[in-house]
Amino acid sequence: MSIVENFDLYAPRLADKEEYFSAGHRACQGCGEALAIRLMCKALGKDTVIINATGCMEVISSLYPTTAWKLPWLHVAFPNSASVGSGVEAGLKVLRRKGRIPDRDVKAVSIGGDGGTVDIGIQALSGAMERGHDLLYVCFDNEAYMNTGIQRSGATPFGASTSTDPVGSVSFGKKAWKKNVAEIMVAHNVPYVATACHSYPIDFMNKVKKARKIKGPSYIHCLSVCPTGWRLLPELAIKAGRLAVETGIFPLYEVDNGQYRMTIRQERLRPVEDYLKLQGRFRHLDPEEIELFQERVNQEYKKLMSKIECLPSWSDL
Amino acid sequence: MTRRTGMEIAFAAAEAVALCKPDVVAAYPITPNTHIPEHLSDIVADGRIDADFICVESEHSALSACCGASAAGARTFTATSSQGLLFMAEVMPIVSAMRLPVVMAIGNRALSAPINIWNDHSDIMSQRDTGWISVFASNGQEVVDMVIQGFKIAEHRDVLLPLNINLDGFQLTHVVEPMLFPDQEEVERFLPEYKPYATVHPDRVVSMGTLGMPEIFNEAMKAKDMGLINSKKVILEVWREWEEQFGRKHEPIEAYRTEGANVLLLTVGSMGETAEVAIDELRDRKMPAGLLKLKLWRPFPLEELRKAVKGAKVLAVMDRAVSCGGSAGPVCAEVKSALYGEPGCPVIVNYIIGLGGRDVTAEDFIQIVEKAAKADKEKPKEAYEIYGVRGS
Repeated sequence: MSIVENFDLYAPRLADKEEYFSAGHRACQGCGEALAIRLMCKALGKDTVIINATGCMEVISSLYPTTAWKLPWLHVAFPNSASVGSGVEAGLKVLRRKGRIPDRDVKAVSIGGDGGTVDIGIQALSGAMERGHDLLYVCFDNEAYMNTGIQRSGATPFGASTSTDPVGSVSFGKKAWKKNVAEIMVAHNVPYVATACHSYPIDFMNKVKKARKIKGPSYIHCLSVCPTGWRLLPELAIKAGRLAVETGIFPLYEVDNGQYRMTIRQERLRPVEDYLKLQGRFRHLDPEEIELFQERVNQEYKKLMSKIECLPSWSDL
Repeated sequence: MTRRTGMEIAFAAAEAVALCKPDVVAAYPITPNTHIPEHLSDIVADGRIDADFICVESEHSALSACCGASAAGARTFTATSSQGLLFMAEVMPIVSAMRLPVVMAIGNRALSAPINIWNDHSDIMSQRDTGWISVFASNGQEVVDMVIQGFKIAEHRDVLLPLNINLDGFQLTHVVEPMLFPDQEEVERFLPEYKPYATVHPDRVVSMGTLGMPEIFNEAMKAKDMGLINSKKVILEVWREWEEQFGRKHEPIEAYRTEGANVLLLTVGSMGETAEVAIDELRDRKMPAGLLKLKLWRPFPLEELRKAVKGAKVLAVMDRAVSCGGSAGPVCAEVKSALYGEPGCPVIVNYIIGLGGRDVTAEDFIQIVEKAAKADKEKPKEAYEIYGVRGS
């Protein structure tokens, strides 16, 4: 057993007891995203500024005059949490340099849902990552525009029924495949990119801590189960997240300085059907469509494994 | 010591910004404002000021980054034009509602289509109601003055609002003029260090940009509107201080040879200087015409306008933007509503001129005044005229 794995056994007890994202917010029962945010904040600690894109998390947490945030928090609009974050980072850096704020490291962390990240916010995200700000961006991907009523996004998976790409007599839901933003971020030569899921809390928090330490841009794509939008019982949210990983649909890995590493390894992948059958959004898929889904997952998983096995770190090149 | 230097006005704007020592500048290139951020990036690259210049990937991100930097407590500047301002539109009312004193220069340019890089005011007029303080310069010196005044006004504890300085694209941005530049000590004496009211920092935790339900939205809008209306007091105060220290007077509406005038022209921006030439010519011909140059667009100087038009028979308002299908151009509609019901209100006529960089000459203004003078006896049939349209 490696030291890191050994550490993981004790890690739950070592997690920050402080709650930075307090109870009493208005998220739905079983919301994976609210849980993921709570975990992220614990891993980040108090010297953090959160920049939140418009979406579920902004709506449920900031109903004036209340707030769930015990960290400094800033919301501006839907597509720009990465560019607002760029400004916060630049502002903090300059003011620190000029001695106008205390001389200590405060991390700017931009967050957004899948719509605010992979669709309307991708330009701002790409720009911020290219410019190399000392900025962590975390995408909480619940695979559709849940805040506005479950409309299809670029992160909605193949075959899912949404309110704008619904199943019908001549349609089985979404025909395109999910956009892989983690890989797009790797292509930006970002020093640290990871995928995560709240169903693996220690793995997620470790990744947040690692990204927190990077002096430069970093990106975490966190699959966040949405029982409301996925047509799933709230008590199955954690299980659904685990199944997304165990089926290989959403593998948990990190790309540290170009080096791929699977952080949650699977001996054998479970069939995708185990994951799909839990959720109402996939209920209509016939065996042929499920087979197509399975083939694609196998192919993507193989692609990822070949990167894990073949690609050395950039510093070794 | 103040020095007189000849330079392109866009460069001068950048020099004026540099004298204010901004912490963060974020901008994206678009003609004709581009020389402002270009020259500022030179100043940063040469280490003349200690600032972060963020080369963003769009205007939307330029204003968003300024919003973030300002929320962190930084003195922040950006510049844009035309479509760029429209791309910022989503963020414009948010910056003002969050009371972030971002200062922006707008090299005014027509909106597409047809695509056109030359001057008119359709860009800023589309952002009229976003809650920013808005001033118009009519020459390079005013640009320099207004930039330095701008930070002081915007950052004043009784204001805390974003401010835009409008300078006509090409007619001002690309013109070389001799201008007086105050030196660094003088600017520092005039402009105190920015002391933000609240910032995003863990030492004093706040949530900024929260969700407002219908129960508080009216109140939030009222507060923003009051903030803008009340900013006029500070604007006038800062302009008075400026005059005391630098000897140059600024007024919401500047009057030129209006004594005993029957016909008054009202202009916005650089055309005011051309109109002065026309007024001189008309006065030489013993025609009692005068000129009002509107400098403060938001908050709108209602009192000053009412006072300035007293005694005139006809007021000819020049607009450099079309409010398609509306009752008048944006400036004239504002003027009419400000003067409605005023005893002795002059007949108001509206000419829309100089769209998309169409040249406006002193001769044009002379013709307009002569035409407008007749409106006293016979009101024009049309609510407004797009002046100089060929083939109509």
